[in-house]
Amino acid sequence: MPSLTLLGQALVSGLLTGGLYGLLALGLSLSWGLLRLVNLAHFALALLGAYLTYQLGVAFHVPPWLAVGVIVPAFFLVGVLLHLVFTYFRVTEFTSLLVTFGLTVILESVIQWFWTADFRRYETPYATASLRAGPLFVPLLELAACLTAVVLALGTWAWLRFTYVGKALRASAEDPPMAAAFGVNHRAQGLLLSGVSAAYAGIAGAFIALIATLAPAQIWAWVGVVFAVAIIGGLANPVGALLAGLFIGVSESLTMAVVAPAWAPLVSFSALIVLLIARPGRT
Amino acid sequence: MKASARSVGIALAVVFVGLAALVEAGLPAFYESFLYLIFSWMALATSWSLLSGYAGYFSFGHGAFFGAGMYTTATLTASLGVPFLWSLPVAGLVAALLAAGVGAVVFRVRRLRGELFGLLTLAITFVLATIVLNTRIDGGPGVYLSGVALPRLARSPTGTLYLLALTLAVGTVGLAYAITRSRFGLGLYAIHDDEDVAEVEGVPTFRYKLSAFVLSAGIAGVAGGIHALYVSYITVGETFAITVPLYVVLMSVLGGARHWLGPAVGAAIIASSLYVFTGGAQAILGRAVVALALVLVILLLPDGVVPALLGRRRRRAAAVSVSAGPAPATTARADDGGTLECRDVWKAFGGIQALRGASLDVAPGEIVGLVGPNGSGKTTLINVISGHYTADRGRVTLGAHVLTGHSAHEIAGRGVSRTYQIPRPFTRLSVLENVTVAATFGRARYPAREARAAALGWLEFTGLAARAHALPGALNLHERKFLELARALAAEPRLILLDEVLSGLNPAEIASAIRLVRGIRERGVSILFVDHLIRAVLELADRVIVLNEGEVIAAGRPREAMADPRVISVYLGTSHAA
Repeated sequence: MPSLTLLGQALVSGLLTGGLYGLLALGLSLSWGLLRLVNLAHFALALLGAYLTYQLGVAFHVPPWLAVGVIVPAFFLVGVLLHLVFTYFRVTEFTSLLVTFGLTVILESVIQWFWTADFRRYETPYATASLRAGPLFVPLLELAACLTAVVLALGTWAWLRFTYVGKALRASAEDPPMAAAFGVNHRAQGLLLSGVSAAYAGIAGAFIALIATLAPAQIWAWVGVVFAVAIIGGLANPVGALLAGLFIGVSESLTMAVVAPAWAPLVSFSALIVLLIARPGRT
Repeated sequence: MKASARSVGIALAVVFVGLAALVEAGLPAFYESFLYLIFSWMALATSWSLLSGYAGYFSFGHGAFFGAGMYTTATLTASLGVPFLWSLPVAGLVAALLAAGVGAVVFRVRRLRGELFGLLTLAITFVLATIVLNTRIDGGPGVYLSGVALPRLARSPTGTLYLLALTLAVGTVGLAYAITRSRFGLGLYAIHDDEDVAEVEGVPTFRYKLSAFVLSAGIAGVAGGIHALYVSYITVGETFAITVPLYVVLMSVLGGARHWLGPAVGAAIIASSLYVFTGGAQAILGRAVVALALVLVILLLPDGVVPALLGRRRRRAAAVSVSAGPAPATTARADDGGTLECRDVWKAFGGIQALRGASLDVAPGEIVGLVGPNGSGKTTLINVISGHYTADRGRVTLGAHVLTGHSAHEIAGRGVSRTYQIPRPFTRLSVLENVTVAATFGRARYPAREARAAALGWLEFTGLAARAHALPGALNLHERKFLELARALAAEPRLILLDEVLSGLNPAEIASAIRLVRGIRERGVSILFVDHLIRAVLELADRVIVLNEGEVIAAGRPREAMADPRVISVYLGTSHAA
């Protein structure tokens, strides 16, 4: 049995990684739950955001927070364009998965073309900064990512819960013709939501640039676990996505500390399998 | 026109012999391994479509079965010294058993369809990968197979693998052809469109899904076993990567996942374009071009390349008018038909008690009208009799057969068929095929050719013969209702449950429907029909049963039952009953 300090540290790093999972799952969960589109390209967009943050920082000395200011509106537009294409071709839930798989491969190739397949590391002065709480270290950047995830999840929840647009989106997801009969403009709101989830990918990307070592194949590393998080959290449920992210993050890092790092994937996927079989109606 | 079985068989044999002869003629090793990859992908993509293309359960777990096969062969040959060829059937068996285990659990979950099934199978892949990585099967460093001896089926080792993959690919495509032309295939197509209706029509959905899954996984396992020797160094990362499941899906969808040849064509296109762009900067560009082509094809040809190419010919064939089929089997197999007896049937949904001890009889050849206000439990009772719902308590029997406790397809086989209030045709099957499903799986159980002839006969009977090759989407409401009837009749039932066949029809259509129902009874079939159109009920029914809040409150001759004070009070309020 590992020491208490080690367990505590595992808990902290699990929570922080989990926040990033939740951040990535947020946009996926929104477009899947409310637009019935499974956007695999979400991961590629996030990684593209990371590379852009890296490039702006390294080549033009743009600080990351300013880079986010550029990336978010640009990605919002990308999201809107993507949804325009989807609605024009009447892409269904299943074909959306295939189309966005194609997009992911294209984006992966683009990233590899510009930045090669080599590992890239964005060195910043605060990369290693961390808070100390007793014997535990809390890395600052990961804490910021986790807090951002919390803020965005709560904000999105309030947006869906209390505003007209949010209610209209939920109504359309449940019964599009009926919502339309009550005057809901699903198209405009779909564009908005698609833009928002792409922007979330951009924000997640900026944090990935600061925290992780970048390589084009990283796109695929996230797919499995973030899908699991989005489903466990309940589609179109922002707070659920966050909590599921934290749960998976913690259970993974505890498995790493107590059993062995290589067994970690078993936890999230077993949780997903059990959930799908026990409560298939959730999504 | 559809290719005949003989010409497809000959074509496959010619392809096999021709390609096998190439390797004897001394094909350069480069081409051998290029073609090997194409064959391997063909077998994988075609096997995937058996469940996922035909029955519509999209699996992202094909990598798990492929990987299970690879590691089975690797373990058997490298650690246990089993000869390579002997390891292949075992590889298939291990993968098939894995699928049987997964399917036996998963297919019992009613609402697990579509993308959830896909993600579940993907998750299983990751779990399997983690287990293989952390146990002695692999343990981390990977498995070397360079020492394993290959049998000399051809001049070179790559030639041997080429021949094995070719055999598997041709065999799988042949199997796919046979399935699409069989009762099994028809059942899978029906499951794709509407699984509940398929079950009620008599398709054993659980068994069919499980069989398709096991077959599909077994072939993937054999393909994996062969591939283990092709790569000769196996790692968990490569084996269980997302590539296999995604490429298999893309190839099938590109080619046309519902067509027997579609996945093989898609596999040839994608595998060869991937091969062209290997190595260097070209590879990056090439991958992007392939991906872009894929996006465009999926957006522009959602049904796949092969159906799109064949579509024009099929439409022309469909335009040829159908010659009148033989008269339907009018022998009225209701000779051995018994009385339907419902005794004290209870059914609750959560807190709502839909049926409270309902009891009723329908004698052979009798028309019984079941009426009652909305929510009185009429449709629930029909769903219980047809086996869609299981009663909480009580007994339903038809003649000597006990129906309660049996699944819907068994009840259909004993001679119960039904129609739906809102028609639920199989949307991707033609009108004729819709009726053929019932003639194949219902009590009639005709073999393929006779089922089609009988189906044509029933379309004549219901006046839909001219629409035989239309898709149900092209029918109007009246025609859809009659399609429901034709489908129910084609099963040659002893008892037909008609759920509001008349609602939404205009007076002329109602008149023709009433004539049709009388025509059905003349064949000796018992009819239990639910309707709100009291005038029609009075005109048609020998007896009327009135249901209210899940209980039978009156029964008897139509006019007497409707005059019962309790019935009047239920319909019009107490003051009128007084």
